[in-house]
Amino acid sequence: MFDDFLLRALLAGFGVALAAAPIGCFVVWRRMAYFGDATAHAAILGVALALAFGLPVFTGAVAVALLMALTVSSLSGRGYSMDTLLGVLAHSSLAFGLVAVSFLQDVRIDLMAYLFGDILAVTTGDLGVIWGGALGVVVLLAWRWQALLTTTLNPDLACASGLDPKREQLVLTLALALVVAVAIKVVGVLLIAALLLVPAAAARPFAATPERMALLAALVAMAAVAAGLGVSFYHDTPAGPSIVCAAAVLFAFSSLWRSIQNAA
Amino acid sequence: MSLITVTNLSVRLGAVPVLSGVDFTIERGEIVTIVGPNGSGKSTFLRCLIGALAPSTGQISRAPGLRIGYVPQKLAIDPTLPLTVGRFLSLPRRRQPADVAAALDQAGVPHLEARQMADLSGGQFQRVLLARALLENPDILILDEATQGLDQAGSAAFYHQIEMVRRRFGCAVLMVSHELHVVMAASDRVVCLNGHVCCQGTPELVASAPEYRALFGTGTKGALALYRHEHNHSHEAEGCTDPSHAHTHAHTHAPAHSHRQDEGQNV
Repeated sequence: MFDDFLLRALLAGFGVALAAAPIGCFVVWRRMAYFGDATAHAAILGVALALAFGLPVFTGAVAVALLMALTVSSLSGRGYSMDTLLGVLAHSSLAFGLVAVSFLQDVRIDLMAYLFGDILAVTTGDLGVIWGGALGVVVLLAWRWQALLTTTLNPDLACASGLDPKREQLVLTLALALVVAVAIKVVGVLLIAALLLVPAAAARPFAATPERMALLAALVAMAAVAAGLGVSFYHDTPAGPSIVCAAAVLFAFSSLWRSIQNAA
Repeated sequence: MSLITVTNLSVRLGAVPVLSGVDFTIERGEIVTIVGPNGSGKSTFLRCLIGALAPSTGQISRAPGLRIGYVPQKLAIDPTLPLTVGRFLSLPRRRQPADVAAALDQAGVPHLEARQMADLSGGQFQRVLLARALLENPDILILDEATQGLDQAGSAAFYHQIEMVRRRFGCAVLMVSHELHVVMAASDRVVCLNGHVCCQGTPELVASAPEYRALFGTGTKGALALYRHEHNHSHEAEGCTDPSHAHTHAHTHAPAHSHRQDEGQNV
């Protein structure tokens, strides 16, 4: 019953879920939803550049996503409204990426695959990249976890304890760029932000500590991957969007549970 | 040596000069209060001391290995971030449950470990912040308007707690406040800040200094009322910037006596 391609898809999805969950929690806690969006959208430009120069797509996506994230970080607090700035950068980088892709006449690109993911076409090599990147993110976050949490609570508090909030911000930025790059194949640049936010939001009502929330978010994301792939397999729906739909349904149940708890 | 020595500190935020030419020291075990109107650079000054802000010019030297317990002005925890009190106290360094319990006890809020930070009252929240600062085993406690949002009784009780903590830990305390009366009564020294150091000295000295009066007007009768028992008119002897000024303030207070040791009981 379990075809090889489906198993690979499942493993790829689990890898991304594992990395996206903790970074997604930080995106939620720090209200960086739009920031995640901008970084993800910029990745399509990275994909186009990588294809144009014959580089691995992963490298291009990481590089441009990181560049975008760093640009946003450095521009923030310079008199622009963050909201406006991110709106401009998120959509213009997507537009530039799409235009750049159109110049690549030699390469036949299935644009949809990068916009919405192509998880059923994951190769063993892709799996290696995805799990390598995902484990890298998890290790990085686990290493800086305490410092990241303190900085998220209050940068001054972190300073007083001898931490450098700017460095921690950089760690988050790097982790985010990595997650975006590994998630392209699974859900595509347009839906990466959903994979970051939705599981974390769904986990919130059930968590008493940050660690619990990250763990639950990972479980929610994995359940969504499994459910989404199942629906996709049996009903021939697009896999990436199906995964996000499954996550959204879990979020709806979680919210429902929360309102029942609050009412009681 | 002094815990922190600040020499000729100037800070610009963007093009706006916030602090200029500030000299400051604080010794081990000393309680110093910084007062000043809104926008006078009080918080900016503290942020420089904890290293959150780089001075434009001037120097800040801390005693080697100085441990700072910092209580921020406000700590807005995003509602999406689940955080128990016990978990909060284990940031950024992991703490043993026994140490956490002891710190909560010393801060006057025992047994709160399992509560969510979001569910605490204002007074409890401030004490939990204090407990976290105590876990650093600080040489100096730095409090930035730590009683904002507390009522008068609540902030008086909070400062009383600080007094007790200081006695117990022997740490220096540097605080910023608007609540002049409560704070100043417990202070060894008061620094009046308004972009620069206007005047400083013992509380009674600063309260009667013309620079202080110019900033806070005579609307601080409540503040002055609380000094009356220790107002001994000895300010010419100490370092206010203008010792020759006329003391025009109303002497409605009781005869002076000056046992500052009794302070703790008054607040």
